[in-house]
Amino acid sequence: MVSADLLANAVAAGVLLGGFYAAVAIGLAIVFGQLDIVNIAHPAFIIVGSYVAWIVNSTFGFDPVLIGVAVAPLFFGLGVAIYRLYYAAFERTGQESLSGLAFFFGVMFIIEVVLIMVYGVDYRLVQADYIGRTWSVGFVDFPLRMLVPFTVAVALTGAVYLYLSRTFMGRAIQAVAQDRLALQLMGADPVRVKQWAFGLGIATAAIAGALLIIIGPVEPSVGRQYIGRVFAIVVLGGMGSIQGMFIAGLILGVIESMVSTFVGPSWAPAVAFGVLGLTLALRPAGLFGRQ
Amino acid sequence: MSSAVFWGTLAAVFAAGLALTGLVENEYYYNALYLILQAMLMAVAWNILGGFTGYVNFGSAGFFAMGAYTTVALHKALGLPLPLLILAGGAVGGLVGLGVGYLTLRLKGVYFAIATLAMAIVVETLINNWTYVGGARGFYILTPEKHLWFDSYIQMLFVVMLLLTLAAVAVSRILNSSRLGRGLAAIRDDEIAAECAGVPTLKLKLISASVMGAMMGVAGAPFPFFVTFVDPVSAFNLFIAVNAIAMPMIGGTAHWIGPVIGALLVGTTQEVVKVTVSSEMNVLIVGIMLVLFITLAPQGIVGLAQRLRARGSR
Amino acid sequence: MPNTSRGYLQFAGRALGALVVGAALAAAAGGAAAQQQKPIKIGFSMALTGGLAGGGKGALIAMEIWRDDVNKKGGLLGRPVELVYYDDATQPANVPGIYTKLIDVDKVDLVVSGYGTNLIAPAMPIIMRKKLVFPALFGLGANEEFKYDRYFQIMPAGPEPKTDWSKGFFQLALEQKPRPKTVAIVAADAEFALNAAAGARENAKKLGFQIVYDKTYPPTTTDFTPIVRAIQATNPEIVYVGSYPPDSVGMVKAANEIGLKTKLFGGGMVGLQFAAIQKNLGPMLNGVVNYDFWVPEPTLNFKGVNEFLAKYQAAAKDKGVDPLGHYLPPFAYAYLEVLGQAVQATKSLDHGKLAAYMQKTTFDTVVGKVKFGRNGEWATSRTLQVQFRDVQKDNLEQFAGPGKRVVLYPKEWKSGNLAYPYKQ
Repeated sequence: MVSADLLANAVAAGVLLGGFYAAVAIGLAIVFGQLDIVNIAHPAFIIVGSYVAWIVNSTFGFDPVLIGVAVAPLFFGLGVAIYRLYYAAFERTGQESLSGLAFFFGVMFIIEVVLIMVYGVDYRLVQADYIGRTWSVGFVDFPLRMLVPFTVAVALTGAVYLYLSRTFMGRAIQAVAQDRLALQLMGADPVRVKQWAFGLGIATAAIAGALLIIIGPVEPSVGRQYIGRVFAIVVLGGMGSIQGMFIAGLILGVIESMVSTFVGPSWAPAVAFGVLGLTLALRPAGLFGRQ
Repeated sequence: MSSAVFWGTLAAVFAAGLALTGLVENEYYYNALYLILQAMLMAVAWNILGGFTGYVNFGSAGFFAMGAYTTVALHKALGLPLPLLILAGGAVGGLVGLGVGYLTLRLKGVYFAIATLAMAIVVETLINNWTYVGGARGFYILTPEKHLWFDSYIQMLFVVMLLLTLAAVAVSRILNSSRLGRGLAAIRDDEIAAECAGVPTLKLKLISASVMGAMMGVAGAPFPFFVTFVDPVSAFNLFIAVNAIAMPMIGGTAHWIGPVIGALLVGTTQEVVKVTVSSEMNVLIVGIMLVLFITLAPQGIVGLAQRLRARGSR
Repeated sequence: MPNTSRGYLQFAGRALGALVVGAALAAAAGGAAAQQQKPIKIGFSMALTGGLAGGGKGALIAMEIWRDDVNKKGGLLGRPVELVYYDDATQPANVPGIYTKLIDVDKVDLVVSGYGTNLIAPAMPIIMRKKLVFPALFGLGANEEFKYDRYFQIMPAGPEPKTDWSKGFFQLALEQKPRPKTVAIVAADAEFALNAAAGARENAKKLGFQIVYDKTYPPTTTDFTPIVRAIQATNPEIVYVGSYPPDSVGMVKAANEIGLKTKLFGGGMVGLQFAAIQKNLGPMLNGVVNYDFWVPEPTLNFKGVNEFLAKYQAAAKDKGVDPLGHYLPPFAYAYLEVLGQAVQATKSLDHGKLAAYMQKTTFDTVVGKVKFGRNGEWATSRTLQVQFRDVQKDNLEQFAGPGKRVVLYPKEWKSGNLAYPYKQ
């Protein structure tokens, strides 16, 4: 039975969840959507972000979101370093795609194992004042545990979108995917640009990791659950489109939430990925993608 | 490698396997060899669509699990014997592979890979909800009493898997070195040019995908008997999918022997580490091997060997 | 002395032969003496990585404590005990290989199981064929299909494990006036949770409750708010949840955030027994009634358990496992205790004798008296139903002592009364 109350709340919950999914996917939207680098290890970097947030939060009590933003520059540096390795091994020799994919699979496993060896396998959680509280507007509830990540996700997406469209480096990033030679002719070094973009992608992982551990408990293998979702969101939204990715995230979140509420949660993944499948069949470029 | 040498080697390997069952009663080796052969079969299968034809399949675990669950369903419904179950698993895998082949019409490169991933997740959700085969609760298959003239059931499973894997390697070699194989390579290198040159790309892609699907279904079919308790989590395993990609990559994707070498190397290492160093090292091994080999030998071991040979002959 | 070269060779050959025979005899004699010191090997697989590693690693620590305790007292049958184990990585496919290696290659004397039904079941055919005694660690109804008579499950589920698991929960409901009528059942799409839910369904039907919601969710679900809301929409008086640690956390948080109103909430939530989760959820746990097997209540103060926990807590520091160790570790210690006591009592490693002894004896362990019954399960169920009470925010130490998890069922172990209803 469909009551207005239930429906409104299902949509609200879906939107909040979808925003969070977008924050998880945005790093990949940059790296994969703009640069065609299949970084399947992106969720693993997010888990590293979660662990950083947990360590600082449990030692000093700082807010996880602030921690995420504070360590983002460090993650940026990490991203740059990894890209240089990837470039030296693959892009320079023209091996991309498949080899790059295998490389990142390897990186994903190494990250997971190092986390296990250093921190063990117990679930980690964070404390923050807003976890457990709810903001109610009429009969619609917005748990702060979901609302705060949603708000941060919106801000993050907005910031990245503005960066990519307004700054020189940002536009260079968009350009390097479209036409590498033209970019060189314009005086920008494609390698430096891609390096910067990859660093940016990993930097978002720091923030997304903080959001993840606010929402629920984290342990090293949790990243694997998000591999499918992040690629689905980037492809659904359209390669190269940040706003498309955000909307795709919202769509995925709302579908999951509606199916959960009205049909049965166990069908949610099938519906979500079925929608992805349909999109790929009918319009492979995704919602907003360049053709 | 000439045909005579090849078939001779295959026959010798099979004979060696049979001889082993006569000499060694210790079941551990058969368990370990079974898993290595299973991985090899999956790697050989993946390489047909991935290495030969250039379409990356992320959903290998889905095909494998379909083979396993076909066995569960038919075993429960009709109590069929193992050979028929294997055929059924292969048929189901092949049909779905055919469907995936049609997908390649619309999707290329990474889009195709994502689509296969989506397919695997949809199949997993369907099986999770299919209570007849136990769904997410899992299904128990008790080890059958009959194991022909072998000392134990696992010996028989080992010989079966050896036979299947050798057959797959033979099929793979035929596909690789025949006219069909050259057509697949043309598709891999430049599909549009191949189409223009008159290569029947759709037909070849469908063959390639169906063969891959059938082989993966066959690999999964005996799995329930090996593991006794099947549930979606263990059948739709990330490791099966990763190994299926990693092993051909490490061995070399262009040549039919690449996945064989890759599976032998990686699979044996994994099995050895499992019962010596153990714990998280298993996962680390896969990770480090992948990164090292891919970075230092992008063409795989086969590529490395070819380069050395070329350098040597100068 | 021979005076030809061939003669010399013959002489040398015979001398060498004598030396070899002599050495062999000496070695055999020495070997017989060394046999006394040859360790007794106990082999098993354990989840040290993967989904169940949180419990598996803690269990291993407990098992090593048992080994050290036993060796300090002179070992078993005068021989030191050695644990031989491999990580099964929570992958059932690894288990057959590991157990055949343990039995056929490492030649262990005794075997015990890993942790979890998924990892116990694949070993059963091998164990059954070799007719070995098999103490098992926490698998819900793992022997129902096999019906192996040398299987001994240390989890106190009871003779009918799948229904005994939740029987207490529904019994508590029955005792309330007015009697609640409606039940919502929700479970994760995974082996244990589904079995717990199936048992709950059976109990609910048998006792005349009406099931108004009965669904499952994928274990990768991130947000449980829609699920809890959908449950609330059916207005159930009882909510039974079968879940794993991350979803247990998600369900409790979502229930608090949307203000779930029901009279009895909890049931089969794994994870609420783990220290880190208890500390993080804090007061959100108050009122939840959940299963457990051992809590530091005065009625469960068994001989040896506090000493064991002290040793465990010291060993577990900084190892990334549950710091308090109330859930699995005492039972991991106990399933080896039972085996060890059987070996000492029968003075043998003969699996037939051990099985016969274990089938009829009541053991004294750190988790109290243990007696096995039908199918290797406990003869009487000791699945506790505990209620969280007066839990304070952000405090781990409060769970180390009594008062925060009050035992409501079974009657022999009761340490308080049910605070009912959960929330109106």
